[in-house]
Order: sequence, then C-alpha cells, then structure tokens
Amino acid sequence: MKKTTFFSLFILIGTMLVLSACSDKPSKPKTLKLNGAGATFPYVIYSKWFDVYHKKTGIEFNYQSIGSGGGVRQVIAGTVDFGASDAPMKDSELKQVKDKLGKEIIHIPTVMGAVVVAYNLKSVGNGLKLTPGILSDIYLGKIKKWNNSKIKSVNKDKKLPNEKITVVHRSDGSGTTNIFTDYLTKVSSNWKEKVGVGKSVDWPVGLGGKGNEGVAGLVKQLDGTIGYVELAYAVQNKLNYAILQNKAGYFVKASFNSVSAAAEGSLATLPYDLRVSITNADGKDSYPISGFTWLLVYNKMENKQKKEALVNFLNWALTKGETYAEGLYYAPLPEKVIELSKKKIALIK
Amino acid sequence: MVLKKLFSKTEEKFFHSNTLQNNERHLGDYIFHNVTRLFAFFVLGLMLVMFLELFIESLPSINKFGLSFITSSEWNPVKDKYGALPFIFGTVYSSILALMIALPLSIGVAVFLTEVAPTWLEQPVSILVELLAAIPSIVYGLFGIFVLAPFLKNVVEPFLQTHFGFLPFFKGSFYGFGMLSAALILSIMILPIITSISRDVMKAIPDSLREGAYALGATKWETIKIVLISSRSGVLGATLLGFGRAIGETMAVTMVIGNRPEISLSLFDAGHTMASVLANEFTEATSSLYVSSLMEIGLLFFLITIIINSIARLIVNNVTKKYGKIA
Repeated sequence: MKKTTFFSLFILIGTMLVLSACSDKPSKPKTLKLNGAGATFPYVIYSKWFDVYHKKTGIEFNYQSIGSGGGVRQVIAGTVDFGASDAPMKDSELKQVKDKLGKEIIHIPTVMGAVVVAYNLKSVGNGLKLTPGILSDIYLGKIKKWNNSKIKSVNKDKKLPNEKITVVHRSDGSGTTNIFTDYLTKVSSNWKEKVGVGKSVDWPVGLGGKGNEGVAGLVKQLDGTIGYVELAYAVQNKLNYAILQNKAGYFVKASFNSVSAAAEGSLATLPYDLRVSITNADGKDSYPISGFTWLLVYNKMENKQKKEALVNFLNWALTKGETYAEGLYYAPLPEKVIELSKKKIALIK
Repeated sequence: MVLKKLFSKTEEKFFHSNTLQNNERHLGDYIFHNVTRLFAFFVLGLMLVMFLELFIESLPSINKFGLSFITSSEWNPVKDKYGALPFIFGTVYSSILALMIALPLSIGVAVFLTEVAPTWLEQPVSILVELLAAIPSIVYGLFGIFVLAPFLKNVVEPFLQTHFGFLPFFKGSFYGFGMLSAALILSIMILPIITSISRDVMKAIPDSLREGAYALGATKWETIKIVLISSRSGVLGATLLGFGRAIGETMAVTMVIGNRPEISLSLFDAGHTMASVLANEFTEATSSLYVSSLMEIGLLFFLITIIINSIARLIVNNVTKKYGKIA
C-alpha cells in the first residue's frame, strides 16, 4: 500500500515537471520582461502605461515602487533595466554608476507634479494668499500666528484668526519634500543656511505625517494647520490650498496649466542632461513649487531586444502615454520638453 | 523495499555508536529528531545572521560617530550627521508611559477575573480582552488619528493644562498628536498581553494559599493581597513582555506620535521612536552613511528588544518553576 502511494507521488511530480517544461519552452522567446524600480509618486501613471503597453505589445514590465532612494540604489547596483526617481541623481551617484558598470545614466522626464500648500482655517475658507517670504518664515517657525501682520498684508479681504499655526511636514523621506525644500532654499537664504534641501531634513518646527495621506490627514483633522502635499492629494481630499506668489510677483493657483507653464519658463535654463529643478520658475503664469519625475535609463544595454523594447516604450509613453496624465492628476510635459526627451532616448545604444 | 533496507543499515550503524535508548531505535524517530533539531537551529541561525548583517551594515556609522551616536540628538540627513538619542528617548518614554497606564488596568482586570468574577462572566471577559490583541495595529492608528487625537486636543489636554499645568508633563501647546496619544494607544495594545499572563500567573497560585488565608480569618481584600504578593514576579514578567511589545510597535505609533526627533518631558509634545524612524526614512535614504545610521538604530533596537524579552522570559520561567505550570 505504502509503496504504491510513493510511486504514484513520484509519477505525479514527474509529470508535472515535464508538463511545466513543455509549457515554458514555446512561450519563452515571446515574453520580454523589463525590470524597474523606484519612485512611488509616478507609480499610478507608470502602472497605467505598463498595463496599456503590455496589452498592446505583449512586453511585460515589472515595476516596484520602492521609493526614489531605493530606485537609485538599484540603478547603481545594476540589478534593474531602468530606475525612476523624483529627484535627479547626484554627480557622485552618476560617478558610482560609471565606475561600477561603465555606463552613463540618461534622465528622461516623464510627467510633472506640483506640491501645494494645504491649510485648514474655517474662518478663511478658500483662497488664502502666501508669498515666498511668509511661507519660509512659517516653516522656520518665525511666523507663529495666523493673524501675523505679514499674512494680513496680502490677505486684506480675509478674516484671519488669532490662532497658532500648526506646521505639518512629511516624516518619511520623499521626493515631495525634496521639491518643497528645494523651493524654500531658492527663496530664502535663511532656510538655505539653517535647513537646506533633501528628501528628509531637520525641520525647525512642526509635526510629521507619514506619506501624503498622513499629512493630508493631519491637516484635515486639526484646525489652524498648514502642510504641503502633492496636488492630487489635495484635490482628492478636498483640502484648501494656498495661492502662491511666483518669481515674477503674480499670485498663481496650482493647476496643470500653471505647472506646465513653469516647465516652459525654465526651458531657457534647461541643462543638456535634463537634470533640473523647475521650482521658482520664471514666467508670470508659472506655479512656483513643481518638478519633473524621471525615468533613469542606461546609455548602453547589452540585451538588444530589451534595448529596443525600452526605446519603443519610452517613445510611446512620451506621445500617447502623456494623454493619460491629466486624468490621473499629473501635469503632462510641454511639447518642447518632449522633443528634448526624445533626443535623449535616441542616445540609448 | 530496497530503500528501506538501506536505511535500516545506516540506522543500525548510527545507533550502535550512540547512547540512545531502545525504544527510540526507529527510523521515524531518528528523522523526526533531526528535522526538528534542524528547525530549532535554523531559528537560532536566523537570529545570528540578522545580528551579524545589522552589525556589518552599521559599521560605517559606528566608526564615524562612535558613542556620540547614542548621546547626540542631532538628526540631519542634509548635513549627514546622525544621533539617535531622541529616538531612543521616544521609544523608552512612550513605552514607560504606556506601561504606567496599562499596568494598573491590567492587574485590576486580572484580579477581577481570577478572584472576584463569577465563572459565567470570567470566560467572556477574558475572550474580549484577548480580542484586543487581534486588532491590527493600523486600525489602532486610524482610531488614534480620527477619534483619539481630536478628543485629546479639544477636551483632555486643555483640562490637564488648566489643572496640572504647573507640572513639566503638561506644559507647552497641544496638538492632540504627540506622546500622550501614542502612550494611550500603546497602553490599549499591551493591555491584553499583560492581563492574560497575569491572570494565568494568579491562577497558578495554589488554592491552598487562599484557603489558608481564609482559615486564618483574612478578608477577601487581604486574600487578594496575598495572591498579588505571591504572583509578583510573574506579573513583573508579564509587564516586561508588554514593555517589549510597546517598544516594538511601529505603525500605530508613527501615525499619532507626531514624528519629531525631540526630547521633551511634556506629554503634549511630539516625539519619535526608533521603529517609526526606520519605517519612515529607510526607503528614501540615499547616502551610504544615512543607510548605515538607520542600520545602527536597527541594531540598537534589536539588542534592546532581545534584552527585555530575555529578562521577561527568565522571570516568567522562574515563577512557573515555583508554582507549577502556567496554562
């Protein structure tokens, strides 16, 4: 009895092995799989792109949204076919790739995001105006109350309460924080000295919330709070967000148009490698706190099939793919940036 | 059949050179012994590998900062300077506060269940208490954000400040999010473990002790006092296990503590813990020193948890030996 059970088990396992080998072989040359890892911010649109493109061409993408930092680490280690990041790679990181893998990294902007300053003030409602000076002073802890004379001077039509300002920031490392602190560094020398730019920084004041949803939650829960979140989160959570004064002195509300305007405003100063911050951009319609998110690709790829697939995908993403952006709350790239990006794609060998 | 013969030969060889008893001379037993032994060693090995890996990864940070890593309170990723003191303080402080709230409650519940409650009430109440342990921590966190924090901000904290504002614990402005809400959430989370172990320890106290007390004319309260005194080391063990749980809790705490690396006695101020800084900053840490410093926090965290849990186990084992098995 025992013998027969063992025997049948062996037979069963044997058949399974043979069968799986059979089913594997014919499909192997067809499915091409590209591995990527990185930023969480563009994950929604990337997964949409990968899904649509997979249905169109049969090429599979395996993208893990482990965070920009993780994406850059994977790119340096050479374990992925492409990476993704909300902050451009540093020179030292690019050098690491060159030393280790003998390759260059090409930055390809895909979509843009805006960071808005959300607030919760029942007596004010919508339409609070803030200048760069006020915003940096609030985050430095210098302006402590909502009825501060500086805030009053730009919001004459609003009833500002004699209430404490509760500052909220991200507690986790994030590209959003990078864009926000990059902006504050550009507009305030005090901020530059004391705090600086980074994915996480040593905040002078405030409470930390984990993730956009954490910050949005804190702002929603507590009266008198101010916090920065991505535009999509503020829209979805119906938070009020401030109208900011841009470099040219105009007060601008964050929208897809004003974000695209910021990218156009920075075109003149766009560097060759497209590693650029577009915060505090020129132009009267530019929203000042916005940024690109990049795909990081190698300039040399050994596997020709993969190379071809990736190049085709990138070209598709920058033309057809861009049309999905607004529906998913991302700002599409302006035409001129798409042209520049496409030239970059041609460099992949 | 051939296979079996082959096995029996090796089996004989093995057992001839061994001192095992007759009734263990079965192939099944032999395999079972070694497989379970393998599992046990696997767990030990896993711990060792984890420790070594954490240690190796944190070497750059250990070399760079040395002891100042534990004593400095500057945590600045922009300047690549790291000090873990606020996180260690936050972890220990929030856990101690949670214990101070949970301990009297848990002992009260345990005494009620073993000494006071009628049998028909005992079972449902203990099941309910243990059910608290089954709630996922993210649910506690959400409860903290949406219910507890606004309540604390609007009702509890203003009350505490107007009446006890002279104490250092109730100074400063209040947000609802901070040490107090973290400690309260933690105390609810560790209540079940302390309660159920304390109850088991008290149940393990022999009835002869209670009968003796009554025989000598002790009142109910005096008898309970005797039970409490004889179960004290077991309850201490339960407390330490609860402490270990509080120290390791991540999600619920990070959602309500305010995530600010600051050392302040005030319960209203925001804080930060070792577990939450790891959960928050690890994914986006790029510079190698940054990663290494986070690893070192992990290492310290690992050591602290192991020490506390070992002490707790030792104490619980001690009381079991004295008074018989804990159910």
